[in-house]
Amino acid sequence: MSRVFAPLAFVVMALFAVAPIIVSNAPYEQTMGLVQKVFYYHVPSAMLMFISAFVCGIASAVFLFKRSAAADRVAVAAGELVVLFGIVVLVTGPLWARKAWGVWWEWDARLTSSLLLWMIFLAYLLVRRYGGPGSEKLAGAMALFGMANVPFVYVSVNYWRTIHPKTSVVMTLGPGMRSAFWFCAVSFGMLYVLLLTLRRRLEDQQAQVERLYLALDD
Amino acid sequence: MKRRLVTVVVLVLAVSALALAGQPPATPAAQDGFVPVNSLPQAEQLPAAPLLIAAYSFVWVALMVYVWFLWRRMSRVERELADLNRRVQNR
Repeated sequence: MSRVFAPLAFVVMALFAVAPIIVSNAPYEQTMGLVQKVFYYHVPSAMLMFISAFVCGIASAVFLFKRSAAADRVAVAAGELVVLFGIVVLVTGPLWARKAWGVWWEWDARLTSSLLLWMIFLAYLLVRRYGGPGSEKLAGAMALFGMANVPFVYVSVNYWRTIHPKTSVVMTLGPGMRSAFWFCAVSFGMLYVLLLTLRRRLEDQQAQVERLYLALDD
Repeated sequence: MKRRLVTVVVLVLAVSALALAGQPPATPAAQDGFVPVNSLPQAEQLPAAPLLIAAYSFVWVALMVYVWFLWRRMSRVERELADLNRRVQNR
């Protein structure tokens, strides 16, 4: 394991231990009050869901066009993290919405497209797991399709009539909220790097196991 | 033909009148109109704290469950890798 991994893990744990204190000291939002603080975990998770979809798509493209097995392993790792952070977004969002909008769910552009994006990458994992030999290429194509959806999900709040806050919210945060948000965003970002590294290492080890089985058969 | 048509119309009107006469009297409405208030009564307001706590708890639990599953899979693969390396070296 890389020498950077243990210090990175320690830093991530420290950041997440401090994050609740930072969030509790952040100011309340005028209309939503306390429940708005879900924002500090909900939005970074959504950002990582999108970033991971891009990582998965780009790695899948490298695998498909350059036949790189290493890129395929990165794609699998990133695909799993899209589903993980997607679950976080799709659960924390409705918990926030119940108080802010009075409903758990609305079939508006942002929520529906986010759910569809999550389902595409869930299907990616199912194809990888149960698709049999050669399913990596089909899954790679699905990842490319999923990656292409991300810009539409992001701009959906700006172009369709939607109940969800627009993308300008993050850039127009007040000073107290801005520092808390970026602290959480950096914490989540470092956590993402850690999880991606771990998951990719698992794939590398599984590939090594398969090579050793083949070597034993010779 | 005209007399039959008039007979049918009169019959329909008569039956309708009988049906209307048989309706029970309308009960007075539970309220005459809506009463506006500036804020919800305390009993009606949805508390935010349980939702916030549930959201943060879910994030922590989801991440810890994933890390635990990852650690379990990595342990299994590392054991298998060590065993295979030993077998390859013993060949």
